[in-house]
Formats: sequence, structure tokens, C-alpha cells
Amino acid sequence: MHVFLSLDWFLLIEKAILISIIIGISLIVAMYETWAERKVAAVIQDRRGPNRAGPGGIFQPLADGLKLFMKEEIVPNLSNKFLFILGPGIAMLTAMMTSAVVPWAGNIHAFGRDIPLQVADVNIGILYIFGVVSMGVYGVMIGGWASNNKFSLLAAIRGASQIISYELAMGLTLIAVLMLTGSLSLRTIVEQQLDHKYYVFYQPVGFIIFLVCAFAECNRTPFDLSEAESELNMGYHQEYSSMKLGFYLFAEYVNMFISSAVMATVFWGGYDIPFLNDAKFGQEHGQNLLAGLELLCLFLKIAFFIFFFIWVRWTIPRFRYDQLMNLGWKALIPLAILNMLVTGFVILFH
Amino acid sequence: MSATQFLFWFLSILALFSAIMMVVSKSPVHSVLWLIVVFFAISVHYVLLNAQFLAIVNLIVYAGAIMVLFLFVIMLMNLNAETEPLKNKWLKITGVIGGGALMLVLVAALKDADIRNRIAETNKGEIGLIHNLGMALFKEYVIPFEISSVLFLSAMVGTVVIGKKE
Amino acid sequence: MQALTSKAKPVGRKPMTFWEKLYIPAIAKGMAITFKHIFRKKPTINYPEKTRPFSPVFRGVQVLNRDEEGRERCTACGLCAVACPAEAITMEAAERLPGEENLYREEKYAVKYEINMLRCIFCGLCEEACPKDAVYLSETMVPSNYNRKTFVYSKQELLIPNPLTDPEAFAKAKGARPEKTL
Repeated sequence: MHVFLSLDWFLLIEKAILISIIIGISLIVAMYETWAERKVAAVIQDRRGPNRAGPGGIFQPLADGLKLFMKEEIVPNLSNKFLFILGPGIAMLTAMMTSAVVPWAGNIHAFGRDIPLQVADVNIGILYIFGVVSMGVYGVMIGGWASNNKFSLLAAIRGASQIISYELAMGLTLIAVLMLTGSLSLRTIVEQQLDHKYYVFYQPVGFIIFLVCAFAECNRTPFDLSEAESELNMGYHQEYSSMKLGFYLFAEYVNMFISSAVMATVFWGGYDIPFLNDAKFGQEHGQNLLAGLELLCLFLKIAFFIFFFIWVRWTIPRFRYDQLMNLGWKALIPLAILNMLVTGFVILFH
Repeated sequence: MSATQFLFWFLSILALFSAIMMVVSKSPVHSVLWLIVVFFAISVHYVLLNAQFLAIVNLIVYAGAIMVLFLFVIMLMNLNAETEPLKNKWLKITGVIGGGALMLVLVAALKDADIRNRIAETNKGEIGLIHNLGMALFKEYVIPFEISSVLFLSAMVGTVVIGKKE
Repeated sequence: MQALTSKAKPVGRKPMTFWEKLYIPAIAKGMAITFKHIFRKKPTINYPEKTRPFSPVFRGVQVLNRDEEGRERCTACGLCAVACPAEAITMEAAERLPGEENLYREEKYAVKYEINMLRCIFCGLCEEACPKDAVYLSETMVPSNYNRKTFVYSKQELLIPNPLTDPEAFAKAKGARPEKTL
């Protein structure tokens, strides 16, 4: 009995609410990313994009989601049924889990408590994201293998090796950033950047490498080799239909949201409001207003990165697979190592 | 039973069950997947001991990288019951004897170790945190650490050499 | 080999310079181009709400015309059926009975007048052949359908609405077509 008494119930409830809100927001953002993708694609190609469902096609994602739910659920006869269903589940789970360590804003003050807008401030923040992302490979691989289809398998293997390759370069750039921060906790990293000392100004090369790797990790064009429809039909989710396919597609958009959040947090000051002294503003106008503005600011940064993701998708054509691997192994990784070494030397002799 | 204890038993049973399933499953792909579950259970054990860094590195390196490579190979080899090589009966018996002997040695070695008198520091141990771990690695154990990194480097060079060979 | 024309352009196979190998300037250029397109005027027309005006020579579905008093103009002379290169038009003639003067303009009229829209090639020769301005090609498309039989348009489907009873629909069906001078 004392198990239940010893727990901090307020903390538990607070975290449960926070987690559900974050998951809800991730899903809504992912939904509207699909809409934004179609809309941006349209305007870039001088078209209008979805404009029938609601004003400006604002209800289009709901219609799309409903359509996916109504579709027939097909499980191929010779597939491995359990793994076939597990695959999209893992993809969605890992996409959702990443958001746990992102600090969304400073503390808010409510019910006599300081509530941090972050699910868990673990002291390995960035590594946690890394770990979860590396688990995301299994969603692709298990799905591709369980489909019992050669195209799916090839695409899954392509996708997985691409993700592993680019994880290396990503990790190496992060090491250079971590040398500056001296901490892995994302909240500490943001707090260090609060007076506009954004790490992008100290690590411009690192940021570019990280950006490129983020594209590869999210399977976005120009690196969407695992769903290259011109050569592999539909890639690893070829045999999927209905909401299982929806899960894979959705997981991609959630990943995009989270990697935008991570880029904004690590390199662009996270929830810091540009051209404003946050601490002073908080004292003058209250903590809650500050937290609200910070949240808005972070979301604006995220929205820009999401737009950037989409913008690149409709500009740059897909890479060939050997070009992709050459870029990863022969350009980005050496560059990242060089960046790391230079950063190390500067810190040592500065 | 506290929450930690409950988690401990749950994870231990999960780890052992998955380990057994990994050995007995017919399909190599299933074996790999069960092994990943084992790694997960062990990683959560690390978290219970407040060794978050170890937990996540275990996940990244073993579950995230090495097992993916295993999966690559196994998925591409298309292993199934027909292509499995014939197993010698004597081979099985020697395997059982060898495994049993190893277990005997382990039990004998651990029986008298003072491991039973130690209490695991759940939730409050500091050694697994990244700061302390870094200090230990780069101060006390810097020579073994550097030697192992040289070993890794030589392994990497070796792979490149083998890969370059036409 | 001797070149046949002087139009062939030699392909530059120079290795890329370092600046080109960086790709970043090229990518930035591409991104700038796509970004500029965001602010371009969209050529799309929101179709059902807005329609593009037809050209004056557009040839759509045939319409059987009426005169100002709402009488059918067709006399079932058969010139259109003869002119039709696709043999899409069939008709049956009948004599106008006393008391039907407000229905039919001439003494003879078409009891049955059918155009097979699957055969019709919308060449407009029927319109040219008609001496009475009774058949002409309107500015409407043939709507799609599931059934082949529905594409054989009967006289009732082809007839223009009566200008006396339904002047609005008549004007709409008539369109901007100038009256043919006979």
C-alpha cells in the first residue's frame, strides 16, 4: 500500500497531462504538416493546392485521415502477421517517444507549483533522442521484412543503412556542440543560449551537417531512397494499406516535427525569444506570459524548419543511392570530424 | 513490494524469457528480435540503477547499430528450415556439456563472491551519470580506455582494407 | 564520323571545380527559384465556381433550335444526316397535323431525332448543312455516364427549352451564339 502513498501524485498527474498534450499536439502538427506539404508543393508549382474542404482546405487532413480509416485493411497471406502489424506500431511509437526530452518553454506557475514544460529533464537528453531514433530503424526494417516482398525488403535495407550511416555524422556534429555546452541536457543547452548566444553562430558547419543528416534520418527527399517509387514501387510500406500505411506516413511527419524541434533547440536557442531579455521580461510581466510567448516562439522556429523541409522536398530531386552513401561517408563524416577537431583546438587554446 | 522491486522482477523475467526465446526460436530473424527485447530489458535495468548513460549507450550501440547489421545479414541470407545445415547429434551433446560446464564454473565463481552482501543502489547511485562516468573513464581508467580506442581504430582500418580489396 | 548537321553541341565533361562540388551555391539557387514561384500568379481557375470563356468557334453538344415563338425549326429534311461523316444522326419525319402550328414551324417535322454521341466527332458539318438553322453546336460538353445507351440522345434531350415558357433556360442554352442568317 505504501507504494502508492510514497508516489508524488501531483507530479504524476502533471506529467500525465503534459504527455497527453504533447502527443496530441504532435499528432495535430503532423496532420497539418500533410496539409502544409500539399499547399506548399502547390504554390511552388504555381498551383492552388487543396481548397475544397473548409476555407483554404483546412479540413483536408481530417478527410484524409477518415479516408485512411475507411480503407480495407489488407494483410498479405504469406507475410509474418505479428511482425507486419508490429512494424508500423514501432515506427509510430519511436516517433512519439522522442518528444519527451524537448523543453517546450520555461516553467509556468500554476496551482502553487512551478511546472516545467518538459516531460523529463534527463541528463542524457540528446543521447536519449539518438537512442530512440536508432530504434526507429526497426519500424522500417521489420515492416519491410514481414511484408514478404522483395521490393519492401530492399527498401527496408536501404532505409536502415541510410539511417545508420547518417546517424554517425549527426553524432559527430553533436559532439562538437557538446564540447561547447558541456552538458547533454537539452534544458541546460537552451538556458545557455538564452541571451542570444545561439550555437548556430559557433557551429555553422555543424548545423549544416546536422540539417542534412536530419533530412536523411526522416527519410525526406532528397534522401527518401527507402520509398523511391520510381525504382522500388512504394518502398518498405508497399504492402501496407489503411491506417497501418497511415501510421508509417504519419510517423514520418512526426519525425519531421521532432527533428525540427531538436534543431531549433540545439542550434537556434530553443524557446528563447529573439531580441528580448527573457529573464527581465519574466520579472516584469509574469512567468506564465513569458512561458506562453516562449512556447509560441519555439513553435515559430519549428514551423520555419518544417517549411524548410517541405521547400527542399519540392526543389531538390532524389539522390542516387551511391551518391547518398558517398555524401554520407566521404563528405559529411570527414567534415564532421574536422569540425570536431577544430572546435576542440579552439576550446583548448582559447 | 515497491515500484522499483516490481519493475525489477518484471524486467528480469522479461529478459530471461526473451533470452530463452532467442535461443529456441526457429527463425533467425525472430532470434534477433528477441535479443533486442533482451537488450531493452537490460537497458531499463540500468535506468533503475540510475545509470542512464549506460542504458542509452547500450541501446544505441547494441540494439540500434549492431543488431541492425545482424538483421541485414540474416534478412538477406533468406535462412529457413530447408537451407539449415544438418546438425550432428554429437555436436548437440557436446554443446550441452560445454554450456553446462560454463554454467557450473560461473555458479562456483559467484557463489563465494561477496556480491550477496552488496545492495544495489537503485535510483540514487551516482556512478552511472555521465559526469562521473566521464571522470572515471578519463582519470582512473584512461590507459585501458585509450588502448581500447586504438583497438577500435585498428579494427576500422582493417575493415577499410578488407573492403578495398578487389 | 562526319556530323550531319552543325546543330550538335559538345557536352562539357570537365570535372567539377571545388566550388561546384560544394553543391551549396547550386542548391541555394534552386531554392531561390522555387521560393520565387510561391508569389507567382496562379494560372489555375477554380472550375465549378469560375469557368473559362469558350472560344467563339467551340463546338459542343448539338441543340435542336426553336424560333422566337417556341416552334421547332427542324423539318426533317435529312441534310444533316447526309452531311454527317460519322453517321451519328438518324431521324424520322412526319406531317404536321392541323392544330399543331404552334409546335412546328413547317408542314413537316421530325418525330424522332437521335444523335449518337459516341459516334459524333463534333465536326459541325450538320450545323453547316442545315438550311433552317435548326441544329447547331452549343457550348456544352457531353457529360460522362456509366451506360452506353444513354449516349444516344433523343429529340427531347436535344431540344432547346421553350423561349415562351422558360426564357431563362432558353437564353442559357442559346449562349452567346449569334443568330445565323438564312
